[in-house]
Amino acid sequence: MMNSIIVLGVILILAILYLIFRVGSLVNVAKGDSGSKVERGNDVHGLLFIVFMVVSLVGFFWYSYVNFDNYTLPIASEHGKVTDKLFWITMGVTVVAFTIISIVMFVFIYKYRYSENRRAAFYPDNHYLELTWTIIPGIVLAVLVFTGLRAWNDITSPPSKNAEVIELIGQQFAWTARYPGKDKELGNVNFKLIDATNEFGLDLTDSKTHDDFKSLELHIPVGKEVLLKIRAKDVLHSVYLPHFRVKMDAVPGMPTHFKFKATKTTQEMRDELGNQAFNYEMACTEICGQGHFSMRFPVVVDTEEDYERWKLSQDSWLKSNPDYMKNVPAGLRESAMIKAGIPVIQEVKQATAVGSN
Amino acid sequence: MATTATHHDIHHDTHTDEHEHHEGNFWTNYIFSQDHKVIAKQFLITGIFWALLGGILSVIFRLQLGFPEASLEWLRPVLGGWITADGKLNQEFYLALVTMHGTIMVFFVLTAGLSGTFSNFLIPLQIGARDMASGFLNMLSYWFFFTSSVIMFISLFISTGPAGGGWTIYPPLSALPQAISGSGLGMTMWLVAMALFIVSSLLGGINYITTIINMRTRGMSFTKMPLTIWAFFFTAIIGLLSFPVLFAAALLLIFDRSFGTSFYLSDIYIQGQALAHEGGSAILFQHLFWFLGHPEVYIVLLPALGISSEIIATNSRKPIFGYKAMIGSMLFIAILSFIVWAHHMFVTGMNPFLGSIFMLLTLIIAVPSAVKIFNYVTTLWRGNIRFTPGMLFSIGLVSFFLTGGITGIFLGNSAIDIQLHDTYFVVAHFHLVMGSASFFGMMAGVYHWFPKMFGRMMDHRLGVIHFWITFVGVYMVFFPMHYIGIAGFPRRYYSFTNFAFTSGFADLNMLVSVAAILTLSAQFIFLFNFFYSMFRGKLAPANPWNSNTLEWTTPRNPQHGNWPGEIPAVYRWPYDYSKPGAKEDFIPQNVPYSETPESNLPHENDQIKLEGSGDSGSIVIGPKH
Repeated sequence: MMNSIIVLGVILILAILYLIFRVGSLVNVAKGDSGSKVERGNDVHGLLFIVFMVVSLVGFFWYSYVNFDNYTLPIASEHGKVTDKLFWITMGVTVVAFTIISIVMFVFIYKYRYSENRRAAFYPDNHYLELTWTIIPGIVLAVLVFTGLRAWNDITSPPSKNAEVIELIGQQFAWTARYPGKDKELGNVNFKLIDATNEFGLDLTDSKTHDDFKSLELHIPVGKEVLLKIRAKDVLHSVYLPHFRVKMDAVPGMPTHFKFKATKTTQEMRDELGNQAFNYEMACTEICGQGHFSMRFPVVVDTEEDYERWKLSQDSWLKSNPDYMKNVPAGLRESAMIKAGIPVIQEVKQATAVGSN
Repeated sequence: MATTATHHDIHHDTHTDEHEHHEGNFWTNYIFSQDHKVIAKQFLITGIFWALLGGILSVIFRLQLGFPEASLEWLRPVLGGWITADGKLNQEFYLALVTMHGTIMVFFVLTAGLSGTFSNFLIPLQIGARDMASGFLNMLSYWFFFTSSVIMFISLFISTGPAGGGWTIYPPLSALPQAISGSGLGMTMWLVAMALFIVSSLLGGINYITTIINMRTRGMSFTKMPLTIWAFFFTAIIGLLSFPVLFAAALLLIFDRSFGTSFYLSDIYIQGQALAHEGGSAILFQHLFWFLGHPEVYIVLLPALGISSEIIATNSRKPIFGYKAMIGSMLFIAILSFIVWAHHMFVTGMNPFLGSIFMLLTLIIAVPSAVKIFNYVTTLWRGNIRFTPGMLFSIGLVSFFLTGGITGIFLGNSAIDIQLHDTYFVVAHFHLVMGSASFFGMMAGVYHWFPKMFGRMMDHRLGVIHFWITFVGVYMVFFPMHYIGIAGFPRRYYSFTNFAFTSGFADLNMLVSVAAILTLSAQFIFLFNFFYSMFRGKLAPANPWNSNTLEWTTPRNPQHGNWPGEIPAVYRWPYDYSKPGAKEDFIPQNVPYSETPESNLPHENDQIKLEGSGDSGSIVIGPKH
């Protein structure tokens, strides 16, 4: 019932609009040709453009000013300060250019609207003018390019030797992190070894894997360079740490990396924002399937001591999955147990001995 | 001219000469026509159909983004199972909508609908040719496009849904049906449709280039060609060089999907199974895709810029400022468009050194773009501006080109792009600079050349209402997205409820959605105006805008062959508007200098003796003053 009333209403409105249109057309025909080269109301458009320009420019500046804190994210990384500075410099340059060109254009449109008494100027070219506005944008862009290049080269320069290495793995639709353990080196992985438990595809013949541990939160130390090694299991994903200005795709078959240095711990950021519920977050920014929008990974920035303490409190993957000891080559089992933090009990020692015989 | 002869051969006994139609039956005149004007209209009407569909798809996903709590149960009669039991949009279908919206708008509307329509319609008419070099290839071009359209359209209705991996169809997502259901049959159909589309585009492009080079009328040197023709010429060359690369990319993807090769796939473990693919590179696809993908931006944009150059000059009653600079900047843009593609890939894991190079090249392209904007503004300066709907849409184009282009300076800077990549800032940028600007170019073209296409005028008032709602609406849709993007909101998200940093801006998202609905609704005003005026509009004079180019020297409804008598010769450039001393404020291209001694510049007087005698008699239908 309701639906048919709506349909009827719409039809009625359309019919009325059509009638208005027809009556308007007929009135126009009756009035006859005004003899002018432009349609009636030509001036109105010039005025409307000015109104549009004023309203939208005022709205733009007003909204940008009032809501500044809402659309800017706090910065929590060293290179983030640099890229944000570049962003705002570029914003300054472009907003000035944009505002001037917009005003000039809309004022011309208004000022030079059709008038019967005037004839347009025959002004086909002016080489000096054209050279000027080729060279000036050229110079401005060159400056922006070179400052950008310097920042980009710094950001993508090789990581330092003692950077904290952490691996991030993307899969539909979750992230996991792998830490290298005490040996500070990530062990080898092979996608063919992946199964429901061995989700990293750890190659346990490599002793470096034995102390690796898994985490469902990204913990990073403040003030120390972190090297994220990034890979994906199934399709493309992208590591996005908005507060750290970090973004790098996760590609199956091609490990990628991104290095950065966090400048504020979670607690410091909470205090600064006056929001004790604040948490850093990591998201996915490369379309990866239906759960793309939900790949949240919690991020915690600790002080260096807290970070070391947290690492010590984590069990190695091998310790949590002792069944996989069978995949460790017999000769490495004892050292694996020591590395993984599994108490070496006699029984296993014997088994190891038998295995190696 | 061979084509007109062919038409006489297939002369049919049911032909009627009641009005302006040339011989042939309904099928040869309107369906399998080889007349470039009919083919242009076919492209236009198919393009309008796709634009409407693409717009509707975007409004559906904007409903989800703007009103995440609302029940979409009322869409069930249309979308069926894609509405979940609790009245929400299915998450995979959301991605399919985004993907199809992008594919449809970029390829089917702004490439085929824009270039297909206006290259076909204007090239022969503006250079003074009877038809395209090959009317038959031209017809094939449309029918390949049509077949492609049918396949793409059917893919919307299959049970696993259309392609859903984004319009860029990055593998592995697009290669693995187990990763997303749209990568099953839907993706196969996408690839087949695009392969046909590329064939259509190449057939068209070859034809455009050949026609422009070989079939210009007497006197129509390259430096006397209207900027529209220059734009179509560059566009066709770009397309010819870049579309085959997409074809190769798609072909390799087909191999990976169906024949077990590993061009793009490597080290994949999905749904409890390690796949056999090894040694492929997902980045390779991105390089190949963007080798087309970036030039594609200019394939979409250049025709719109050409159209607006022509319309702005005509309606400012002034020569376009810096004709040669305009050609030069288009040439420069066309060349640069091939060497900037990797700026789409700064954070894909590509070697950062490549990033530096591509950043440098990318920001260079801003210079010719800036030159174009300055030249448009200077063309308006001291003009005598008539606000026809075509002119309004062209002004809108310049405004969008400025607003959207300037944000490219942020995104082209790789250091800044780290944060902005794949956020709404990018969405705002390309929708303004490429989507809306080109769409406005297309609209401007339709309003401006409608009288030549259908012999009738479109309604002026409806046109200006359509413009103002759309102009303001487009800004309301895309401008707020800059803020959302700076705030870090990633694109292609079904909802923003999972993250604290995306918890704000529900208000802006709602505004964007409301504006999108409003803007789409306004397009029905255009549709009504378009179809109504086609049959009931005021009869158009032969040259309603007092324009200089050759198409306006044809009769009101040009038949196949365009000019009833001899093709007019060309003596001057197309922008002699408001020339000092001239009686009228325009002098068409086919008026020799010997007839306008009062307005000739000194060097033009020297041209008179080269003009030969009696050539001016070739003007069959004089311009209506």
